[in-house]
Amino acid sequence: MKIDWAALGSVFGVSLGVTVALVTLFTLGIAGLNRREKATAQGGSAALAVTGAYLCFAACAAAVAYGINLIVAKA
Amino acid sequence: MESFSLILAIVVITALAFDFTNGFHDTANAMATTISTGALKPKIAVAMSAVLNLVGAFLSVEVANTISKGLVDETGIRPEVIFAALVGAILWNLLTWLVGLPSSSSHALMGGLVGATVASAGFGAVHGDVLVTKVLLPAVAAPVVAGLASLLATRFSYGIGGTADGEATRKGYRAGQIASAGLVSLAHGTNDAQKTMGIITLALVAGGSIAPGSNPPTWVILSAGLAIALGTYIGGWRIIRTMGKGLTDLEPRQGFAAQTSAATAILASSHLGFSLSTTHVVSGSVMGAGLGRKGGVVRWSTATRMFVAWALTLPAAALVGAGAESVTDLGDWGTAVVAVFLIAASAAIWKISRREVVDHTNVVEETDEPAGVVTAAIAAVTPPPVGTVTEDLTATIPAPVTLSAPAAEPAPAAPATPPAAAV
Repeated sequence: MKIDWAALGSVFGVSLGVTVALVTLFTLGIAGLNRREKATAQGGSAALAVTGAYLCFAACAAAVAYGINLIVAKA
Repeated sequence: MESFSLILAIVVITALAFDFTNGFHDTANAMATTISTGALKPKIAVAMSAVLNLVGAFLSVEVANTISKGLVDETGIRPEVIFAALVGAILWNLLTWLVGLPSSSSHALMGGLVGATVASAGFGAVHGDVLVTKVLLPAVAAPVVAGLASLLATRFSYGIGGTADGEATRKGYRAGQIASAGLVSLAHGTNDAQKTMGIITLALVAGGSIAPGSNPPTWVILSAGLAIALGTYIGGWRIIRTMGKGLTDLEPRQGFAAQTSAATAILASSHLGFSLSTTHVVSGSVMGAGLGRKGGVVRWSTATRMFVAWALTLPAAALVGAGAESVTDLGDWGTAVVAVFLIAASAAIWKISRREVVDHTNVVEETDEPAGVVTAAIAAVTPPPVGTVTEDLTATIPAPVTLSAPAAEPAPAAPATPPAAAV
């Protein structure tokens, strides 16, 4: 019997890393939008936070696109 | 030759029936958290999942081409063996659905296949080491991998974002959750619809109607995709309730973390060649997300019942598969007996399920329940599926055993009663 520890390990590592990275990015993005919400409520603007937020979301969208690509590329 | 094509037709229909149960059994994987956190309305969620499953079914035939290889020797597989395997898998899927427990449809299918093969060709025809590396180890690894990832992700998310609760937060996590649930659905379609295509193709090859090594014919791809999409749309609401509400209480942010971790783990595992079951991955990630929030509770009683169901999936489906195979071996009338038994048992299970209907109207009903200290007590008294699940489980789990015992003897009428008597 041969257990493919390397494959298991890499699945573990990749899942952990990618999940944490994605969720963190997304949370940062939402925190940025929240800041804008607060800023507009006080009549100000938060351009930097919003730019950061959209960068984070773009990164997440790229990850999703890569995911779809992985699913499709199996064909 | 005439009876040959009849058995082939029966196998194809049974395979599509399995595909259907697979669809409704696994709707929960993609959509349970999306529904329970309110990101999507139940009907819209299952419709979206159904469409993505259908799309996924057309994307590749890779899995379909590998399903039959490795686990059992294909030489000497007759359509009857495949039929017996499917009977085992369908019955186990229906039973676990009845008690509302998520369990792996692939394991049920493999269990049925192993059981039927053993009954038909002896233990030598099953590759035991493949069983351990492809089935048992992933079943243990999946919840751990996805659970840890989602636990950490939830921790980080609450750590960075605080517990802010504005309009942007609500909308944001809603969108994120829908996107990751969509990915899970799509991945499910590419994997599970294809398992059925693989089975049908295997049966067609075994029955001699297409050449060995062929790709699945178009009508097989189309019908398998439609069957799984239909099953997904009908929705296994009982399992959705367990997965979305029964295991833990999820806030949108946790739902997002859980679903993202599930999508990542599923894609990473299928891409890196260490296949993990969707069901195990999602269950693990839901529990991880539950543990990741401060004050979050995982209802271990529900989780334990789920683990028990996982452990039993393979042997139970194998027993039914073996029993069914012994009966079909008796001749054409034996096959007919098994077919009648399958229909009767499925009807009985459906009938029992009508005693307490769970559908899209009440799938998230317990939303009003206060979370926290009381949840443990509530979980102990009223676990999600039925009022008396603890007794139910002990009563229902042995059912396949009692089912297959009478099935082993040629007693046509007897096997139809045990499921009714057992619950």
